[in-house]
Amino acid sequence: MITRVLKWYRDNPAGPLDYGRKWPMMLTMAATFVFLYAPIIILIAFSFNDSRRNIVWRGFTMKYYEKAMKNDGLVEAFVNSLTIAFVTTIVSTILGAMVAILLWRFRFIGKSAYEGAAALPIVIPEICMGVAMLAFFARIGWPTDLVWPFNLGSIMIAHISFAFPFAAVVIRARLAGFNRELEEAARDLGANNWEVYRDVVIPYLRPGLIAGGLLAFTLSLDDFVITFFTSGPDTVTFPVKVYSMVRFSVTPEVNAASTVLILITVFLTAIAMWMQNRNESKND
Amino acid sequence: MTGTAGADPIIRFQNVTKRFGGVVLAVDQVSIDIAEGEFFALLGPSGCGKTTLLRMLAGFETPSEGTILIDGADMAGVSPNKRPVNMVFQFYAVFPHMSVAKNVGYGLRLEGIPSGEVETRVQEALDLVQLGEYGPRMPDQLSGGQRQRVALARALVKKPRVLLLDEPLSALDAKLREAMQLELVRLQKTVGITFVIVTHDQNEALSMADRIAVMQAGQVRQLAPPQELYEFPKSRFVADFIGKMNLFDGIVESGGVSVEGLGQLQVDAMAEHAAGSKIGVAVRPEKVTLSQSEPATDPTRFVVSGTVDAFSYHGNETSVFARTSSGVEISATVQNTSRQKDTGFQPGDTVYMHWDQADTLILGE
Repeated sequence: MITRVLKWYRDNPAGPLDYGRKWPMMLTMAATFVFLYAPIIILIAFSFNDSRRNIVWRGFTMKYYEKAMKNDGLVEAFVNSLTIAFVTTIVSTILGAMVAILLWRFRFIGKSAYEGAAALPIVIPEICMGVAMLAFFARIGWPTDLVWPFNLGSIMIAHISFAFPFAAVVIRARLAGFNRELEEAARDLGANNWEVYRDVVIPYLRPGLIAGGLLAFTLSLDDFVITFFTSGPDTVTFPVKVYSMVRFSVTPEVNAASTVLILITVFLTAIAMWMQNRNESKND
Repeated sequence: MTGTAGADPIIRFQNVTKRFGGVVLAVDQVSIDIAEGEFFALLGPSGCGKTTLLRMLAGFETPSEGTILIDGADMAGVSPNKRPVNMVFQFYAVFPHMSVAKNVGYGLRLEGIPSGEVETRVQEALDLVQLGEYGPRMPDQLSGGQRQRVALARALVKKPRVLLLDEPLSALDAKLREAMQLELVRLQKTVGITFVIVTHDQNEALSMADRIAVMQAGQVRQLAPPQELYEFPKSRFVADFIGKMNLFDGIVESGGVSVEGLGQLQVDAMAEHAAGSKIGVAVRPEKVTLSQSEPATDPTRFVVSGTVDAFSYHGNETSVFARTSSGVEISATVQNTSRQKDTGFQPGDTVYMHWDQADTLILGE
């Protein structure tokens, strides 16, 4: 057997670009997949585990999905998270696009200072952001007794403030490749400023807007630290809820809810990538 | 220098100056009149201000001084979208996310023209540039030459008073460029719109334009029809920039001009230059005839002998470089009229170079 494998390798040497047949390459790829996906695969597998303690495999069941669906607190947290992520995505994308266009289009005094200030939330430790948000909302006396979904306002504001710089960076990267001749051509053909943006700049920006929006969505959906400081007892988000459940015990119910969240994220990412690809294949 | 073009020019530059950042002088006191229906070329090396001049016409740059009139109306403060001109950009600037038909119809839709009429006019414009079938295609499915035509149709469909073309053919390969030159001229005659083209390619300007303004360092050096520009350049710069030229330094004497190493040449119209002043003397290589034996004495021809130095073969013609006994280099062009024979010279051969005295050019600085 071994001699036959060796003989096959002797007869079919790897080509110069045959990276898949070179062992360091394969090893790196294997390690990547193990480190990235082994925990997730275990998480998903154990969501079907018929055991309360969730340490040893006891057989297949769907009952924890059922249980998770019936857990009002969990469902509420889930809906809260999606609502916050939805609003954050829209506002961050618009705000990020505006910042990106401002920085790309105009020259003004203090531009570099503004650019640095706008990007600061990317580097500020989340824990500091969280504490700052907590102190800020307490200081200005942000009302805590609003009805849903307005009671989520403080979390939304916090999420937008750390998510939009990421969106701005992504959108600006796309803008850097914009050919100014296109803008001038539109002007020349009779477009005013607004029409130039509507007909030329925004369509060109679309992949950047989608990517930026997607980034804001995922950042918002799984943020724990900042949310933890800004959420109250009535405004629990999914990560915060999972954390509180795990403090008692890691039940398959948590796994089941997490699996659903993973599926939603993967699904949305796939849609976004599809939209982006469709746009790009039309472009180039 | 002013170029006049009849009573009512469609474009009038009056002492137009453009400084960038208050320092860099891109365009310096330019005054040009362009007549209705003219094919006008702005020609010059890169950085001579020709593109800036065109962009000021389109409204993308504002003159620092002077006025620009289009069709009699002052363009100061008129934004690009309100001007009766349209532009074809160097890299086409075809909108990548719109189909060919959408691209061409874009300007019309902005005007609020009903979609039925837009469709008819788009189809007419596409037929005009021979892209009749290409309406539904996306720009990425087109070749460079086809994109160029889309850009052309998109500008022409608006029926502008003036069409501006910024180095429109520079991104095409040589064969296609030549074909497009012919087509542009034909198109211009068909639609009757004034064309203003910016180019650094002298052949392009010579073959297409009715008149050419040669620019250097922000100024118009000479404004003339192609033939006049080629045969009667007024300055050393223009003589050297357009075509090939033998250039010598001369000194004005009574009855002619003397060139060191060549002797005295008879030239007319020397009245404007004072005796003793330094002057440029030039002759085109194709005006120079080569012969192996001394030609018969003829007072209308200037003759100088030398030795053949080198050849440069171009296919249709061969440039022969010869050196006089005093070391002055002269080039002559020999047409390769038969494939059976070459120029008949070998390096080191004695050669007599002679040309019609009337072909000698006198150039101011």
